[in-house]
Amino acid sequence: MTMTEAPDEIEEPKPIEVEAATPEFEAAAARAEARRGLMIAAPAYLYLILFFGIPLAIVFAYSFATRNRFGEAVFDGVSFEAYAKLGEPIVRDIILRSLWLAVLTTVICLVVAYPFSYYLATRSPKTRNILLVFVMIPFWSNFLVRNYAWRVILGNDGVASKTTGFLGLGEIEILFTPTAVVLGLVYGFLPFMVLPLYASIERIDLSLVEASRDLYASGWQTFRRVLLPLSMPGVVAGSILVFVPSFGAYVTPEILGGAKTTLLGSYIVTQFLTARNLPVGASLSFVLMAVMLASAIVYFRSGGKNL
Amino acid sequence: MSEEIENALTPAVAISGITKRFDDVVAVDNVNLTIGDGEFFAMLGPSGCGKTTTLRMIAGLEFPTEGSLKIFGEEVGTLPPNRRPVNTVFQSYALFPHMTVAENIAFGLKMRKVPKSEIGGKVKEAIRLVQLTGMEERKPNQLSGGQQQRVALARALVNQPKVLLLDEPLGALDLKLRQEMQSELKSLQREVGITFVFVTHDQEEALTMSDRIAVMHAGQLLQVGEPEEIYERPANRFVADFIGRTNLLEGTVQSSDMVCLSNGTRIPAASSFDVGTKVAVSLRPERARLHPKGGAPESNSSVDGRLEGVMYLGNALVHTVALDWMTIEVRAENRLEAEVAAVGEEVTVSWDPGAVSVVAD
Repeated sequence: MTMTEAPDEIEEPKPIEVEAATPEFEAAAARAEARRGLMIAAPAYLYLILFFGIPLAIVFAYSFATRNRFGEAVFDGVSFEAYAKLGEPIVRDIILRSLWLAVLTTVICLVVAYPFSYYLATRSPKTRNILLVFVMIPFWSNFLVRNYAWRVILGNDGVASKTTGFLGLGEIEILFTPTAVVLGLVYGFLPFMVLPLYASIERIDLSLVEASRDLYASGWQTFRRVLLPLSMPGVVAGSILVFVPSFGAYVTPEILGGAKTTLLGSYIVTQFLTARNLPVGASLSFVLMAVMLASAIVYFRSGGKNL
Repeated sequence: MSEEIENALTPAVAISGITKRFDDVVAVDNVNLTIGDGEFFAMLGPSGCGKTTTLRMIAGLEFPTEGSLKIFGEEVGTLPPNRRPVNTVFQSYALFPHMTVAENIAFGLKMRKVPKSEIGGKVKEAIRLVQLTGMEERKPNQLSGGQQQRVALARALVNQPKVLLLDEPLGALDLKLRQEMQSELKSLQREVGITFVFVTHDQEEALTMSDRIAVMHAGQLLQVGEPEEIYERPANRFVADFIGRTNLLEGTVQSSDMVCLSNGTRIPAASSFDVGTKVAVSLRPERARLHPKGGAPESNSSVDGRLEGVMYLGNALVHTVALDWMTIEVRAENRLEAEVAAVGEEVTVSWDPGAVSVVAD
């Protein structure tokens, strides 16, 4: 019996021939991949272009128009008249006042939210979830309603002034003042500070805090040198999330602020609806957007550096 | 002069009657322990035995519920970690990710307000000590695990602590690196002369590195002693079983030098237990020898069984022998000798009467 006749002889496996992927094939595959990606994102793109991109472009165009005496926007070449008007003392004061209140709101939110976020991040998962729900409960009711609630609380016969009166501190009258506006803004935007701060503190390895304490740092030094630098992305994100809407806030200043403290948001609305000066309203909107864009760039820069 | 003697006798760490409770869980239960100046001391035990909690109490990261904790004679029980003359090498290294290697190492000195002019030199010296020269400006995430470990060491040692605490310092390294670091740590400790207290669950690591070992289990300190003492004369069944591998043959004490095994075989084994005490005779696999049935030397203790299997370890062979009432392991170096028996054959296992130790069951 020779080898070839052996019935159970193992056949030499033939190497499987695979066609090598050519550069053309790879390019086509990459194109198909890109096409599929675009299709997934298409609904969102479409929505944004139709309802955000195009209106924005229209507003942008209006900011270079001029207003005729009938309150209509007239396109007469590219006019910077509306932007020039922003330098006028009245408008400038409004911008500065808005800026100041927004900064104040942001700082207060930061100071109030940081310790709480640290507390939150160091609790057991179960406690954390319960506390997080509490942070979000205000979102379950309407923002407008909550602002009116503050009006009742801070009003002349409201709980706040009754309480201070009862305690012998005298009745407080802060409704329709910038104080009331900041109070309302801090109340409204505090969760936007807490959540990103919590998220970034929660990611920090707490043994770093122990290591810092072990290396002779006091509690404050540990905060300054370890915790704060490492939670900077959260600080920046939270600050932007509070600062940007505070700067352009409309509802809260309208309800809690007085006629004397006109802020940017109200002024823009007035320009569009009452004064019928569309170009000024449009240009102001764009200044606001520029500030927000600048903030966003700051955020991404700092985020890229710290992570 | 008497003061000098007293100083020399003051233990680096003196723990007396320390208990730590977390809510109703007792993590450390009434532990008494003294660690001498300059010792390389290991705390060994399975996870959850309380060794890390004990270390953290020395560091000041946990405070004892009861008891006293002294570092070089000074009561530190409730002092915060930044006010204790100890430093810790954390299990995860806990290097500050936003600082360079040099900044990490300088951190402790800076916090203690050491003059800037001195910090530079000390950091440089520490970096040299752990052989990381040239890496000063790197961030921790640009280093390998072994290098991170060295930074963590340097960051602690640069402060010249009176006691250095190491929490599973080599746990995250791969085997080869771990063995390298073991001898390096040992020589480093000799060089700096600081008391090292390290926590590990790896008994081999504890045996090879330390001057003395404390074995812990379920919050309690079971035995403290030199590696040889722990291995050769385990205080109880748990220690015998946890340190190295062993066969525990159950039996009853018959006299001060005789134990009757549970199958009725009487074997010579010295113990100080009362007659009639239930005990276990610990027979290390490498102390037992395998013979063809009936081939054991007269002077040895022996039991008969059947060879069930052989595990090939490369440098050694582990034989599993089934006795009538239990299965034991016999380890033989992989020498070029003829095999004693094939699997399934009847064999005799023998050992020198002095090779076993008797532990409370």
